[in-house]
Amino acid sequence: NTAMAAQMTDAHRRFLQVLMSHGIMEGSEARKLHRRCCEIHKVYYAHDKLDDFISTINSHLQPLFMQIRKGMSEGDGRAHYALVNLAETEITKMASDYTENELELFRKTMDLIILSENGFASSTDILNLTDQLKTKKMKKKEAEQVLKVFVEDKWLSERNGEYTLHTRCIIEMEQYILSNYQDVARKCNICHSLAIQSQVCESCGIGMHLPCVRKYFRAQTEPRCPQCNDFWSCDIPGTKQPIKKKK
Amino acid sequence: PPQQQYLLGLSLQGGDGDEDFMPTHSQVQRNLERRSQDQVNQKVSELVQFLLVKDQKKIPIKRADMLKKVIREYKDVYSEIVNRAGKTLQQVFGLQLVEIDTKHHIYILTSDLPRAEGENLHRDNQTAKLGLLLIILSFIFMKGNTAKDGAVWEFLRRLRVQPGERHEVFGDVKKLVTEEFVRQKYLEITPIPLTDPPEFSYQWGPRAAKETSKRDVLRFVAKVR
Repeated sequence: NTAMAAQMTDAHRRFLQVLMSHGIMEGSEARKLHRRCCEIHKVYYAHDKLDDFISTINSHLQPLFMQIRKGMSEGDGRAHYALVNLAETEITKMASDYTENELELFRKTMDLIILSENGFASSTDILNLTDQLKTKKMKKKEAEQVLKVFVEDKWLSERNGEYTLHTRCIIEMEQYILSNYQDVARKCNICHSLAIQSQVCESCGIGMHLPCVRKYFRAQTEPRCPQCNDFWSCDIPGTKQPIKKKK
Repeated sequence: PPQQQYLLGLSLQGGDGDEDFMPTHSQVQRNLERRSQDQVNQKVSELVQFLLVKDQKKIPIKRADMLKKVIREYKDVYSEIVNRAGKTLQQVFGLQLVEIDTKHHIYILTSDLPRAEGENLHRDNQTAKLGLLLIILSFIFMKGNTAKDGAVWEFLRRLRVQPGERHEVFGDVKKLVTEEFVRQKYLEITPIPLTDPPEFSYQWGPRAAKETSKRDVLRFVAKVR
């Protein structure tokens, strides 16, 4: 597309304001918002051209080291859009509402999550981290509150007392995680994006997102690892297949 | 030496709550020439991000914070950076940087765009809080723009929102109303002199005035009725 960057209209600005206040939006929500913004400001609505609309916004966000980025939810496989900061400057850290020890807790929680087998860290394990904080001590009660705020702010997701990275966090921090956790962080064998929650082949160790597993094995009679061809021994999400034992 | 030059170029501007020396416009223009475009633009981007993050939490931004955390050694071209940040916020985000306290130099961001009917501009978990806020603002408005704390809490009690109890949605309601809403500049609570036990008067804060029109409130009240 060699067209020059289109002008921002109030439709683009409204879209950006709403997305910013939500932090992250699911694809169909974003498409509805695109149409609404064009309707409100009487701007030509190009149906199904959300990505072009977003490109216009992104061309103006680029000098600010910000971007609207698309990513997949590891739970349901749906596309989401998030406004992310690209610059890893002191400012992004300081300007955020978290104190130093809260940020340290977050980093340590992220370590636990990335190093875990299933991409989740238990509440107990995270609360035990408070003893190891170097910046400033934090009581467990305080840490519980901080975790709540991280969930509210969509950096973490909680499920049954266990925490994983929120889709918004993964979209924003993918590059950071891939470079800082090079040896540990897994990439999905199918879509090649960072995989926090994944199923892993017992034989060759490659990993895949759960939605990617579902999609990939849908067309197969026998679930076999795309890399080493051994039987895929994990439960395929969305099917009632019994687990086959390897020969 | 450059340090000397810097000090000679400054003049004291009056009405400053933080006793800082701020250069005049022509001095800023001269100071700009000593910096590279890239460096200044970088600072503008950083300030824009800083303002956006603070504003997402509805925290009013103090000039002192901007200077200390973002501007730093570029203080000599502060006004230029703020101007450009303001223009960028308008051009890209449709947001205005507004000084709500000219004595202490406190700022908020408000939207240039007209409020759309039924639009949920706030994250889901904030909607309930804003509903409560709007109810309080309407009550104050109906009382002639100022209401005594006794009247406000009696009104809320009738809506089953009590300061003593922990509310299942709002949590510590007293804290939410008297601390959070005040800190975010939605409400202003001032003690009424010579009252014993002490009474307080509740009024709209400067952010409420900028973000909500009296018409919005009337429309809301009509819906609730």
